[in-house]
Amino acid sequence: MQVNNSVGIVAAQTAHFDAPLTLKSGAVLPQYDLVYETYGQLNADKSNAVLICHALSGTHHVAGKYSEDDKYPGWWDNLIGPNKPLDTNKFFVIGVNNLGGCHGSTGAVSINPATGQPWGSAFPILTVEDWVTSQTLLADYLGIQQLAAVVGGSLGGMQALQWTIAYPDRVRHALVIASAPNLTAQNMAFNEVARQAIITDPEFHNGDYYAHGVVPKRGLRIARMLGHITYLSDDAMGAKFGRKLKDTIKYSFDAEFEMESYLRYQGDKFAGEFDANTYLRMTRALDYFDPALVFDGDLTQALKKVTAQFLVVSFTSDWRFSPARSREIVKALLDNERTVSYAEVTAAHGHDAFLMPDPHYHAILRSYLKNIQVDNIKHDSIQAGSVA
Amino acid sequence: MSQQEFGQQFGQESGQQFGQEFRHDFAIIASWLPFGAKVLDLGCGDGALLQYLKASLEVRGYGVEKDDANWLACMSSGINVIQMDLEAGLSGFEDQSFDTVILSQTLQAVHNTEGIVREMLRVGHEVIVTFPNFGYWRNRSQILTGNMPVSKSLPHQWFDTPNVHLCTINDFDQFCKDGHITIKERLVLTDNKPVTFMPNLMGNLAMYRLENSKSK
Repeated sequence: MQVNNSVGIVAAQTAHFDAPLTLKSGAVLPQYDLVYETYGQLNADKSNAVLICHALSGTHHVAGKYSEDDKYPGWWDNLIGPNKPLDTNKFFVIGVNNLGGCHGSTGAVSINPATGQPWGSAFPILTVEDWVTSQTLLADYLGIQQLAAVVGGSLGGMQALQWTIAYPDRVRHALVIASAPNLTAQNMAFNEVARQAIITDPEFHNGDYYAHGVVPKRGLRIARMLGHITYLSDDAMGAKFGRKLKDTIKYSFDAEFEMESYLRYQGDKFAGEFDANTYLRMTRALDYFDPALVFDGDLTQALKKVTAQFLVVSFTSDWRFSPARSREIVKALLDNERTVSYAEVTAAHGHDAFLMPDPHYHAILRSYLKNIQVDNIKHDSIQAGSVA
Repeated sequence: MSQQEFGQQFGQESGQQFGQEFRHDFAIIASWLPFGAKVLDLGCGDGALLQYLKASLEVRGYGVEKDDANWLACMSSGINVIQMDLEAGLSGFEDQSFDTVILSQTLQAVHNTEGIVREMLRVGHEVIVTFPNFGYWRNRSQILTGNMPVSKSLPHQWFDTPNVHLCTINDFDQFCKDGHITIKERLVLTDNKPVTFMPNLMGNLAMYRLENSKSK
């Protein structure tokens, strides 16, 4: 089944921007790259584009494989492809690596043109607002004035929401999944612990570890382990590992329980492939996002200019982005008499559920996306990244 | 309370007629709404009523439904649907933010009956409540023979019914009086036809149009 409805072999592309980008912090990026992938075909009136916004550790590689030998496809491949819920026969889907990322878009690991050295600690802290602005510039680059939809889970959902607030005439639908209008103190607290783990790693070198030829792996590993705990529900961890031992109790601090092996494996894997400076900045973008702040905390006021139609989805066992937080978004939209539907999916997987191919969850997305009207006349000049 | 439950319950009389046969109760509800009204339908089931009201009156409607399958049915019909359990109240809706809040053939399956009706009156300028009249003579005749009623409109056995608060028209009239709720209009139907003679005995479906009492 996966074989027949995959977007196939894909390739990343790079868009270079020479015009300086002034960030919310006041810092300026003199020039930058955005690396992206596309699936499906842009139609003649360019009305069928769907942007996928990634979360903390996501990338532009959302669907398909880079080669037949690739072990894993893109991170949301179960959602995107021909006849999948986000149907690439109908939509032109764009995945982008956010600015400050470590998968090809300009970030702390990129060379600072002013010094010829990696940006490191000098790379600015970006916000959700900055990302969305840069995504509109990518849309311009692709000749797309208005997106059919922006889709995102978690931090990605915040970007989808920000699109509708900052660029109401450039997006028709927003799918905000397992997200929140801002983070709670507890949620930010997890981010702070994760950052402290990285910053206090002796090999962090104040963010300029590239010059020392080292990586603060220990900190990044612990940060990721902590993250994984919060992305799962107690029940899901119980079902997956319970108190299972790998062998017998050895009266040691080795990974005796299967849960420990899992966390260590995930931590090691992540620390080996992700950039610590990116992790720090991604968590900060999460912390800072709060569109209601300038309206004295009134989200209804913050969403006053929103015109997009919304699908908001949450998961019952998600305690890091709980259903109550999604309901705040729904309420603010209802207060403004906006078109909104809300689904609260009964799921055991916690925050991670938004990436799982749960049949009902996918049916929700499929039915919503099916209702989005787009012209199906093909465009002949822009070809999608999918070639297979 | 879910459409599935009351769809079974009212299978023959309403559930299977959605979108096909004429629904007199839908038409009456429509007659109680202004054109383009902003409507909240609690326990909206598969969205048939909202679809009808959208087509006939261009209402701006939202449905509230907790059942997954019904949620999908609403979405497929292009109905805005909010998934939540009515028993939790309507805290996601502002005071007087809807022209009309509807509870169609769901009242009898609600646990916190008084709380829900109060919440509806808080959120809507007007409230429409419909329910099966337990005082209907066919129900009474079964009680007289010594059994809990099982009928086309009350198909469940006493031990597996979703209904927890069955009432008669007289009971609901008294409920409104005690709660200082003004009954703007009341209509009673049997087999899709209006009943005016001895409605508490002859009527199968009770329909109320309510509002908060204006007096202190």
